[in-house]
Amino acid sequence: MKLAYWMYAGPAHIGTLRVASSFKNVHAIMHAPLGDDYFNVMRSMLERERDFTPVTASIVDRHVLARGSQEKVVENIVRKDKEEKPDLIVLTPTCTSSILQEDLQNFVDRATAESEANVLLADVNHYRVNELQAADRTLEQIIRFCLEKAERIGTIDTQKTEKPSVNLLGFFTLGFHHTHDCRELCSLLEDLGISVNAIVPEGGKIETLSKLPKAWFNLVPYREVGLMSAEYLKEKYDMPYVSRIPMGVVDTSEMIKEIQHILNNFETEKEFDFSAYIKNQSQFVSQASWFSRSIDCQNLTNKKAVVFGDSTHAAAITKVLVREMGIGVSCAGTYCTHDADWFREQVQGYVDEVFITDDHTQVGDMIARLEPSAIFGTQMERHIGKRLDIPCGVISAPVHIQNFPLGYRPFLGYEGSNQIADLVYNSFSLGMEDHLLEIFGGHDTKEVITKALSTEDSFKWTVDAQKELNKIPGFVRGKIKRNTEKFAREQGVNTISIEIMYAAKEAVGA
Amino acid sequence: MTLTTPLSTQKDLSFECETGNYHTFCPISCVSWLYQKIEDSFFLVIGTKTCGYFLQNALGVMIFAEPRYAMAELEEEDISAQLNDYQELKRLCFQIKQDRNPSVIVWIGTCTTEIIKMDLEGMANRLEQEIGVPIVVARANGLDYAFTQGEDTVLAAMAHRCPTQRVKKKKEKSLVLFGSLPSPVTTQLTLELKKQGIEIAGWLPSQRYSDLPVLDSDVYVCGVNPFLSRTATTLMRRRKCKLISAPFPIGPDGTRAWIEKICSVFEVEPKGLDERESAIWNSVEDYVSLIKGKSVFFMGDNLLEVSLARFLIKCGMIVYEVGIPYMDRRYQLAELELLKKTCEEKGVPFPRIVEKPDNYNQIQRIRELKPDLAITGMAHANPLEARGINTKWSVEFTFAQIHGFTNTKDILELVTRPLRRNAKLEQVGQTQHIKLAMDENKV
Repeated sequence: MKLAYWMYAGPAHIGTLRVASSFKNVHAIMHAPLGDDYFNVMRSMLERERDFTPVTASIVDRHVLARGSQEKVVENIVRKDKEEKPDLIVLTPTCTSSILQEDLQNFVDRATAESEANVLLADVNHYRVNELQAADRTLEQIIRFCLEKAERIGTIDTQKTEKPSVNLLGFFTLGFHHTHDCRELCSLLEDLGISVNAIVPEGGKIETLSKLPKAWFNLVPYREVGLMSAEYLKEKYDMPYVSRIPMGVVDTSEMIKEIQHILNNFETEKEFDFSAYIKNQSQFVSQASWFSRSIDCQNLTNKKAVVFGDSTHAAAITKVLVREMGIGVSCAGTYCTHDADWFREQVQGYVDEVFITDDHTQVGDMIARLEPSAIFGTQMERHIGKRLDIPCGVISAPVHIQNFPLGYRPFLGYEGSNQIADLVYNSFSLGMEDHLLEIFGGHDTKEVITKALSTEDSFKWTVDAQKELNKIPGFVRGKIKRNTEKFAREQGVNTISIEIMYAAKEAVGA
Repeated sequence: MTLTTPLSTQKDLSFECETGNYHTFCPISCVSWLYQKIEDSFFLVIGTKTCGYFLQNALGVMIFAEPRYAMAELEEEDISAQLNDYQELKRLCFQIKQDRNPSVIVWIGTCTTEIIKMDLEGMANRLEQEIGVPIVVARANGLDYAFTQGEDTVLAAMAHRCPTQRVKKKKEKSLVLFGSLPSPVTTQLTLELKKQGIEIAGWLPSQRYSDLPVLDSDVYVCGVNPFLSRTATTLMRRRKCKLISAPFPIGPDGTRAWIEKICSVFEVEPKGLDERESAIWNSVEDYVSLIKGKSVFFMGDNLLEVSLARFLIKCGMIVYEVGIPYMDRRYQLAELELLKKTCEEKGVPFPRIVEKPDNYNQIQRIRELKPDLAITGMAHANPLEARGINTKWSVEFTFAQIHGFTNTKDILELVTRPLRRNAKLEQVGQTQHIKLAMDENKV
């Protein structure tokens, strides 16, 4: 047992549901007790989804505990097949069902015979993998399942497209700035004359999966989700893939060079050369390199930051800070403990210290010990920063609703480098402002002592009433106090008791 | 199952039961308000990452204010019994005692502890002796309960810990109220009864664990919330208290009926309630006029539904359906009677009461009935709004102050907010966004 207050990565079924519900017309059925469908709330609230989240539960209750699910799961699958006519139904085990050890595969086999839709059992172990690993695994499983089926029934399409094309693997729902990143990469690829064959899983249809092998290569922009699928496609269909994270000017350019290399390995009439494009983009579209040379950024010399997040964002942002903005990183860390080796290798030579943990109290202690000028982390680090008075830019999930902005805010590509530069600069300048304020002793404004027009205060508050008043949240307390006193004045009462307070509330309609 | 006539024409209330495929919060969510209510407590939820993930996401920022609750996260070794549960819990509870020094540790059992049959009650007994801190066990799991019923399991467990009177004084009736309410609301209800000359001997739960009320056969108990049936049963059967069955003090009509019932038991002639109730109704006239004649559909997830429906019918609304996770017809008897009376008085048909609803079926019915307002969970709110149905998140009724005369306005504020808001947007642009999205989508 572990005493835990907070966690960075969610349980495995969340990863499976995120992938399944990203596809169009795929329905996930959780084998779970009442209340475990909290995923639907998150998707509906954070992504502000207009559609019903295609996830339902086959409820595990006392009866199931006593006698097993029996017909229940099969009935729920068949029912959902009739109601929604999905292309694929993914039966999702949860922590509860994995201890029950029911033969879910058997349910899936029986339901397959009775329903139009394909039915698949997500193969994830709750006690061994987290949300991100499960998402990676489920994506690969769905792709493998659909391609194998397409091969069996002969609908597979392995004929390469005429012009160079690519599959984007790993954009999915509730991902950190995924929709913006996806748009940015698509436009970058279009600039290069590469068409996008498929985006998987976000918005993809199951039938398009059989066309995946048509693409010339695969692009996996994030470390956490998509690599397993890319490996599978490489092994099975000999498709090369690019897994460099296109974050920051340097790595975006490196990624384009890798693409160029892959394209030139194909036998085509023309030689691909993207160097002019890279040069133009790095100098003029991305303002980040010039920005870090501009004199304003001299203030950032000798500044130290701490970076923490998922392995993709923490590693990439660390490199951007050090290589592209000349900012020291005293410590970089990730909560993706399963991918620690890769992370260490990525940030080696850029940082003083590497920190691998999924315990937020350790991260808090580390930040308190190092006292950086700024933090780049998750929402948790933002709160740690608040407590320690250190500014924080949010660069990675887990996130809040503020991290699903409506405006265009990619982290990837050349536009992404502009966004990152802004984020970094604004975090630091806020820190600087704070610092100056401290030196000069605060803002030069007179404290507002009273909001009332007259200062005479002839009311006596009883001790109880004063206590009650103090329980009211600060931001409305003043208003309540004024309303109560106004009411008391009208009533000709001098001493304010609790009774008067509530009588005032009822009368005034506050 | 869809329906052909929107409202039943039956002479009595009818109860239906569906599949139980509905969205609600896990009952462990009760720790979020109970740890704040009981100031010297510490809540330890013994469960998996799934439970923890739910808590941290559902409770949002509260998590960052050093909460007095935590997860005892079960790992694979715990599930497969390679580790000794007792030793593990002992280690964690010692740590909690050292760090926070609470007066009570509440263990919340979850689905996982049920399935692996962890003997929490047995272990708590032993461990309590060893560490010298009371340990209360509540099995608030999703296998058996929904959302607010979590509080019911905790209070039922706590009822066993209330002291009995040491020195037997002469027989005297005393009143203990049960149900966790924010302290301003407890003050308001206390004052309300004080006006009638009735003193409250205590609350379950109290502000501090050490102040739990005395319970014995001279004590009358009365619930303030509709989801406390286990607590009520425990108080009657185990603590020999006398239960006052009354409607719940939600809305001025409910509050009045609640006070009258208590007064009748204590043989007090209630005074001034007529004026008080009508004064409240007058003060909320603006709100009532907004919802009069409008229709409402409760999808059901927190057991407050019957009381709220009764209040809204009194306001002149038409209630199509009252979805509810669980209906204890004995504990809610007085409330159901008041609902019937209110329907008759207002000349509206009885609403369908649907226990263990099926959300999919309900959405089909919402599509057919097109209610003016759907009171629903957050999973369905945005999609329904996108289809042109005004919604109010049901969870807000659990966290807002809705009890007593004084808070009538707050309930109406919540109920009318979507109507006021959408009326405003309607003026902004008829042809805009939501309309477009709505017409293209089927409900």
